[in-house]
Parts: sequence; structure tokens; C-alpha cells
Amino acid sequence: MTAIAEPKTLSSETPLILGNERKWTDYFGFSTDHKVIGIQYLVTAFFFYLIGGSLATVMRTELATPAPDIVTPDVYNGLLTLHGTVMLFLWIVPAGAGLANYLIPLMIGARDMAFPRLNAIAFWLIPPSGLLLVSSFFFEPPQAGWTSYPPLSLTTGMLGEGIWIMSLLIGGTASILGGINFLVTILKMRVPSMSLTDMPLFCWAMIATSLLILISTPVLAGALILLAFDLFAGTAFFNPTGGGNPVVYQHMFWFYSHPAVYIFVLPLFGAISEVVSVHARKPIFGYRAIAYSSIVISFLGLIVWAHHMFTSGTPPWLRMFFMITTMVIAVPTGIKVFGWVATLWRGKIAYTSAMLFAMGFIALFLIGGISGVMLAAVPFDIHVHDTYFVVAHFHYVLFGASVFGVFMAVYHWFPKMTGRMMNETWGRIHFALTFAGMNLTFMPMHELGLMGMNRRIALYDPQFTDLNVLATIGSYLMAVSTIPFLINAIWSWRYGPKAPANPWRALTLEWQTLSPPAIENFEELPVLKTGPYDYGLGYIAEEDPEELYAHGTPIPAT
Amino acid sequence: MQTLDASFAPLRPLRNYTMQSSIDTTAEGTINIAQEGAASHHEEHPDHRLFGVLVFLCAESMLFMGLFIAYITFRLIATEWPPTGTPSLEILLPGINSLILISSSFVIHKADTAVKKNDVDGVRTWFSLTIGMGVVFLLGQLYEYSNLEFGLRDNLFASTFYVLTGFHGLHVLLGILMMFAVLWRARKPGHYSTENHFGIEAVELYWHFVDVIWIILFILLYLW
Repeated sequence: MTAIAEPKTLSSETPLILGNERKWTDYFGFSTDHKVIGIQYLVTAFFFYLIGGSLATVMRTELATPAPDIVTPDVYNGLLTLHGTVMLFLWIVPAGAGLANYLIPLMIGARDMAFPRLNAIAFWLIPPSGLLLVSSFFFEPPQAGWTSYPPLSLTTGMLGEGIWIMSLLIGGTASILGGINFLVTILKMRVPSMSLTDMPLFCWAMIATSLLILISTPVLAGALILLAFDLFAGTAFFNPTGGGNPVVYQHMFWFYSHPAVYIFVLPLFGAISEVVSVHARKPIFGYRAIAYSSIVISFLGLIVWAHHMFTSGTPPWLRMFFMITTMVIAVPTGIKVFGWVATLWRGKIAYTSAMLFAMGFIALFLIGGISGVMLAAVPFDIHVHDTYFVVAHFHYVLFGASVFGVFMAVYHWFPKMTGRMMNETWGRIHFALTFAGMNLTFMPMHELGLMGMNRRIALYDPQFTDLNVLATIGSYLMAVSTIPFLINAIWSWRYGPKAPANPWRALTLEWQTLSPPAIENFEELPVLKTGPYDYGLGYIAEEDPEELYAHGTPIPAT
Repeated sequence: MQTLDASFAPLRPLRNYTMQSSIDTTAEGTINIAQEGAASHHEEHPDHRLFGVLVFLCAESMLFMGLFIAYITFRLIATEWPPTGTPSLEILLPGINSLILISSSFVIHKADTAVKKNDVDGVRTWFSLTIGMGVVFLLGQLYEYSNLEFGLRDNLFASTFYVLTGFHGLHVLLGILMMFAVLWRARKPGHYSTENHFGIEAVELYWHFVDVIWIILFILLYLW
């Protein structure tokens, strides 16, 4: 339970008295404080990131040679299934939920989420879901890929598949409960002075994310329930031998799983909008455009799913429809990228670790976005379907945008969360290693895909060896790159220099309270006096002459 | 690189947002609303639980939507529906059953009206009646199951029929359990009152939801 401080009389001189020290045991219990839950989410997610990353490293080791010599093809199937599922459902989704949990109430000036207990329940569904999934590796891992298409998934082993379904149902429930909480909190709990368009863009992104979660996750649950009936009760919804239709599963699955890629990336779109503006000391370029494009993305994201199924016998008119919607979704996404770049343009950029990751995010996401538009074109997609080109594409989006985004967010909000500064030198080393490793791993995969190397297979033609060796080296580099981050985070948490309340001189509300925030976030509910991104407009200048000619508005050339 | 150093130097918080009541006007539509800071830090926020339930039910309806669309798709692409040899569904019993379930929505609404007049006895009466109607519905459905001449695995039509109705039945059962929970809580005098009756409203909302789902289900499975 949230510890509630005794009511005390407050005057304007009273410092924040509600206390911000926490016992470490709080983080292992059923706390209803959104800040504790946010950190629980982030740490749990990172734990699963390490697991998913280890699986990927084993896979890359296997792929260093054309023959399946390190692990058997069966084990490899299990590895790729678990790698995908763990990374998506236990790392990116909880990491985004963790950021949302931590930041939303602080950003909108609320004391907590709308439903604190529900929030804690949602979090505590994640560890069982994850441990269930990971434990399957020790007896019978699911082997049908993270998509689990029937009829393949009906033939690769009942136990593993059953565990996979169970784990996703639990994780999906957690996701839905979180989505309800985010949406209600943002819509109903803002301080009275904050209208929707005064909100930080992260909150806009979370509205869009929550809508997607609420609309699409239940459909996946429906598909999984039917799949479970096929597996265990002997029905034939998706089994062609019994008169069923596997393509219906694909539609239901992608109705969730395509919007899911926006569930993975939209929270980080929101986070980067905060980071670029603060670290470039400039108002965000096109606040409304970025805000509304999130909503447009979530709408369009719901009507593009069949572009994953161009080779599944989808009729041509339907392929045409989905090709066009898929290409159209590049427009709101492009608006966002344009907004971030225009924010950086002639800004007073501080090359902090957070900013470096933000720039890496923009660059890599751009590559992933462009290959995404390429894949939207039906003829090209049919050519490279299920090749490493697709693997390269979605890793540029999921790793380049989502994972870089999470690291960026951690570097940016770590002082707020822990009250300690992270070490910037190690942060930059982390960035350099991750960026290099990432590109070394995934860039060659574009070429491999165009050459025709199939994904999801443990062995390959010897002509692909050289590029695969390169990718494997890159993956080792990425594995190594987490070490400086881990050391930095753990060391800084304990011994880092104390962080002031507002180390980045940001204007959003989460920085207008202690670091780490008081138990109930704010002494007095804050009142907005500026917009969230009014940097360089003279607000700070009143008190800090140094900021008077902050870039953003050109210094008059007299 | 002096920008770097400037941004690294941890600075004091530059602006204290709290306790200010001045309004300064600025150009370009920036936000300059300033109000009196809310006084207490233990202020209650309004009750958002019903809104939360509504959002949850919207999400839950997407689960049924997925299943419905799967059913419609299976049906549309089938060459023959239901497959030859499948005995046709009887309509009379499910029809009566539907009427009972739909009327129960009106009955449960009486409980809501009652609690708004602080009449907790009325809530007990109307909730008990709704529970009774829900149980009759479930028993009717079990009776129908036992008399059907096809089983879950017989063909795609049979599977979708059982899974859809069964899944809905599960929701009815949950609703009944929640109504029992409300009755249990209503033992304590003053637990539900004119101002404070979230549980009753939430269950009512849920029950209407279960009803609407049934209507769609009935049209899809029995009438179409």
C-alpha cells in the first residue's frame, strides 16, 4: 500500500516533506505506488531483455556457420520462438508500460494512476507470464515461431504450444488492464489547468497506445482461445484437415500483432519527443502535428494488418487495399520524424547519452521506416517474404527505435527515478557499442534477404557465410554493449552523484518535484505556467540570464 | 562544447510551479493559465471506476467481435453452412431463453433505481430476481446442449456454436457470481447508499453488456 504521510500544515516555505526515501523491499512487494510499479516493470522487462538477448546470441552463434552444428534445428526453433516472444511481450511491452506508469501521473500532475490496485495486479501478471514462458525451454519449448501459425503450431508439440498460449493470455490481460489504467488516468486525472493540448507528447502517445491495446489485444485473446481449442479439445477451427481455415488465424493474429508494433514503438515516440526538445533546448516542432499523428497512427495501424499476409492467398483487391493503407501510415510517422529533426535543427544540442540515443533512434528508425515502405509494395514483399530482409527491417524498427528509445528514456529519467545521475562517459560508450553492433548485425541482413536467405532456419547455403559471420560479430558487440549499461545503472543507482530535482532544466511537471519524487508526487498540485516545451522562449530567462539567448530563436544580427 | 557542460551541470530548479497565482500573458498562445494551487495534498479525486469498467467492457466486446468475425468468415467461405447432415437448431427454447435474459436487463435496472432512492432492500429483491433469471438462462442452455445431436468436434459449425455460446455462458456465470458478491456486501448496512453504489452500477453495466452480446450471438447463430 502507498504509505500516506500524516497530514501536516503546509506553507509556501515548507519544503517537500512527504518523503521520498524508499526501502529496497518496497520493490519486491505488492506496492500500489505508480513509481514503484513503474520501476518494477522496467527492471523486470530488462531482466527478460537479457534472457531474450542471450537466446539471440546463441542463435547468432549457430548461424556463424552454414551447418547446424552448435544447436540442433529443433532447439533452434525453440530459440527463435522464445527470442521473439520474450523480446516483444516481456521486454518491449512491459518496458513501455513501465515508462508510462512512472511518467504519466507525474507528467499530468496526478498523485497516482486512476486505479492503483489494478495497476499492481497488472504488473504482477508479468513475472508469472514470463517465467512460465521461459521455463518451457527446459522441457519442451514452443517451436512455431512467435506467430504460431497453425497448422504448424498444431504439430510441433502440445505442451510447449499450450505454455506459449497461456503465457500470452496472461501477458495480454496485464496489457489490457494497464491500457485501461493509462487511458482513464490521462483523460480524467490531469491537473485542472492542463487541457489535452497542454499535455506532454508522451501522454498523447500513451493515449494512442492504450487505444490500440484495448482494441486489438482482445482479438488476439480470441484467436489464442480458438487455437487452444484446436490443440486440446480436438476442434478444427484452424486445421484444414478438419475443415478449418488457418488464414482466419492469421487475420486474427495480425489484427493484434500489427497494431502491436505500434504498441511497441509509440511510447518511445512519445519519450523521444520529450528528450529531443529538452536536450536541444528548443520547443518541439509541430506539437499538434506530432500529437495528432499518434492518434492517426493508431487508427491506420488497425487497418494494415494483412500486409503480413500478401503470400497467404489474399485476394488482389485486398492486397491493394492493405498496400495503400500501409504506405499511407508512413505519412504520420514521417511527420513525427520531421518534427524531431526540425526540433534538433539549430537547437542548442547537448550531446548527452539520452540525446545520443535519441539521434540513433531517429537515424535507425528512418532506415527501418524506409524498408517498411519497400515491404508494403506487394511485388517486392512477395519477393522477399520470409527472408532476412524482413528480419532486418523489423529489427531496425524494434531494436533501432524501441530499444534505443528505452535506453534513451532510462538515461533521461534515471535521475528522476533514482535521485542519482548516471555516468555520461559510460553512457556514450554504451551508445557507441550498441549503435555499431546494431548496424553490424542487421545491416548485412538486408543483403542476405535480397540474396534469398530464408529466416527461421538453422542452416543455410554456404554462399551466405561471410555476411552471416559479420552479423554474428555484430551481435557479440551488442551483447557486450549491455555490460557498460548494466554496470553504469547499478553503480549509479547506489553511488552516483546526487541528482537535483531538475538536472536537465526541463519544463514538464515530472521535473518540478523532488528526485526521486515524493511519495504522493507533489507537495501541492502543480499549476501550469508554461507549455511543456517552451524552451528558449524567455521563461527561464527571467530567472537565469544565461538562458536569455538560448538558441531556438536566432540572436538578432545587429 | 560549452553547451555540453552547461547542460551537464546540475542546476537548481528554475521555476517553482506551486503556490503561484499570477497570470502572465505571453505571445503565441503559450500556456499561461495559473490558478490557485489546490489546497490539500490528500484531496479525493472523483470516482473514475465506472468509466474504467466502461473502457474494460469496450475491450471485452472486441474479444467477442473477433470471435463473431471469425464465425462470419468461416460461414462465408464455407461451401455449405451448416455442413450437410448437421441437425438444424431448435429455435423455441433459445427464443424463450433470450427473452428471459433480455428482460433481466430491465429487472437489474430496477435495482439501480432502488439504490438511488437508498432502498437497499429493493436492491436485494431485484438482484435476486436477476440472479434467478440468469440461472434459468444457463440451465436452459445446458438443457439445449444436452439435447443437441452434434458434439463440439463434429464439424466447424458445431465447434463455433459451442465455443461462442459457451464463452457467452461463462460471462453470464461471472455476472451471476458478481451479483452474489453485491448481495454479500449489501449485508452490511450502509455499504451501498444513494451516493455510493459503484458495485451495483458496474454489475448492471456488465449485465447489459452480456445481454447485447447475446442478442448479436442469437442473430448470428440462430436467425441468420
